Amino acid sequence: MKSNTQAIAWGAFSDILALAAAIGCIMLGLLFAVAGRDEAIAFHGWVFAAAAAIAAVYLFKYTFESSETSDETGYFDGPVRVATIATVFWGVVGFLVGDLIAWQLAYPVLNFDLPWTSFARLRPVHTSAVIFAFGGNALLATSFYVVQRTCRARLAGRWSPWFVIWGYQLFLVLAASGYVLGVTQSKEYAEPEWYVDLWLTLVWVVYLLVFLGTLARRKEPHIYVANWFYLAFIVTVAMLHLVNNTALPVSFLGAKSYVVFGGVQDAMTQWWYGHNAVGFFLTAGFLGMMYYFVPKRAERPVYSYRLSIVHFWSLIFLYIWAGPHHLHYTALPDWAQTLGMTFSVMLWMPSWGGMINGLMTLSGAWDKLRTDPVIRMLVVSVAFYGMSTFEGPLMSVKAVNSLSHYTDWTIGHVHSGALGWVGFVSFGAVYCLVPWLWHRKGLYSQRLVEWHFWVSTLGILLYITSMWVSGILQGLMWRAYDSLGFLEYSFVETVEAMHPFYIIRAIGGLLFVIGSLLMAWNIWRTVRGDEPVDMKDQPRIAAAPELRGSSGAALPAAAE
Amino acid sequence: MEYETVVMISQITALLFFIALFLAIVIYVFWPGNKKKFDEASRLPFENDEPDAGNGRG
Repeated sequence: MKSNTQAIAWGAFSDILALAAAIGCIMLGLLFAVAGRDEAIAFHGWVFAAAAAIAAVYLFKYTFESSETSDETGYFDGPVRVATIATVFWGVVGFLVGDLIAWQLAYPVLNFDLPWTSFARLRPVHTSAVIFAFGGNALLATSFYVVQRTCRARLAGRWSPWFVIWGYQLFLVLAASGYVLGVTQSKEYAEPEWYVDLWLTLVWVVYLLVFLGTLARRKEPHIYVANWFYLAFIVTVAMLHLVNNTALPVSFLGAKSYVVFGGVQDAMTQWWYGHNAVGFFLTAGFLGMMYYFVPKRAERPVYSYRLSIVHFWSLIFLYIWAGPHHLHYTALPDWAQTLGMTFSVMLWMPSWGGMINGLMTLSGAWDKLRTDPVIRMLVVSVAFYGMSTFEGPLMSVKAVNSLSHYTDWTIGHVHSGALGWVGFVSFGAVYCLVPWLWHRKGLYSQRLVEWHFWVSTLGILLYITSMWVSGILQGLMWRAYDSLGFLEYSFVETVEAMHPFYIIRAIGGLLFVIGSLLMAWNIWRTVRGDEPVDMKDQPRIAAAPELRGSSGAALPAAAE
Repeated sequence: MEYETVVMISQITALLFFIALFLAIVIYVFWPGNKKKFDEASRLPFENDEPDAGNGRG
């Protein structure tokens, strides 16, 4: 152990350093606010300066006015709590915007003829809000929670974990407000402009350092498989982000920049990024979540730890090559298309290995699916993972892709993965985490989780089935020729044909939004500390660790 | 070098590399001496729940 005075000196040093950094950020923000070449970057300068000012005031009070000595023992869960609440908040926002744009597609009048509310600007708000804000916060919260528990170590850093969480929220606000104001570099899932990208880079590097620092001080000899998945997610996303966002700003005080790649190289870089955002952000990270929360909630070790290792290495070695399947029948060389297709088909194996590993963890405890809606959510998410990772390789086959590409089938596929897998595994993790983090006996209402589960499941089913029908209909209409070799349908006829399915899809989305509102209400009541209404129905594991008692049976041995 | 030659060499190299990699993973996973390690690791989620378990700053 370090001597106490030394620890206090280090603490004071990092407080001063953090305060100085915050003041530096205020200056930088003000520079952009005053000297910015366009309105958007000036506005973002003010937002940045205001955020830094709030941080500086907090740090100043903490450093010079707070008399209590900080407790730096035990787990560091403050940032995890903030990220958990942020997950719920951004989830509701992202789903609402998504449903609004779904209605816009069915009824264009809902664009309101305003630039800020047009589909083109709101669509990236939806995708960024659900992927990066909802999914990203769920990953931040669970990775910080899981790495501490499985390493038996406190999170590394004094202010760094806070910086990661709040810095990430600032990134989200800058990105989303930029889209509404028309600031975009027009790369799908990488829309933020250069200055927002630089800020995210800084946040992400600190995230990596906090994670590595925590692994380095672990007291367990082994690094649990969930941490391997989280680490692969953090490292790969850093690499993808840096390469795909290589751009030159027109002016260092203006929002506009140009990407350095051009033509097919740009397309290939973009979809190398885009598909690995799916593979490492939406898959590897959430598999880390699965490997902790499914065993934890089921109170059984993962079905096969050996399979989890094969799953990990084969998944990360194969995924990185699959991107070209987004560019079938384009200017991309044929061999690259075939390579992308082949690796996508090979991905069936690790994906299904992982799915089987997750599902079979329940082996011998299937009754929990009936009694515990939280584990049911987690398990159904794994089932959706299996389904969408079956569908994905199928769609990557060139012959299938010639029918499915550019149609709603793709949208349906993405949403069975996003709503079913990413959404449900995150909801399950949040329902686990909240009573554990806020020291509650259980959730406010398990019955509401039951409602959330069924309402959302119905919503997902409406969504994906309508998009299948609409997508295949669209694809078939586009390729239909009459007896003289002319196209059978004009484009607008295909749009008309899709209208009923757009309404069904928007209703499905609405059900998903209602489910998320039920969750927000339930989480709010749990955090507030309200007495659970159905405590007797909740499993032992629902309670915070110190409130669980030791009545639980010994763990069963891992199946081999 | 001819284009076809480059393609052939790169394809065979990649094939051998991935097969070797996969075999290495499988051998590591099924190596008898590693069984105890994996059994212990699979229990990590159940061991350090209590907040005081993470005591001390290393």
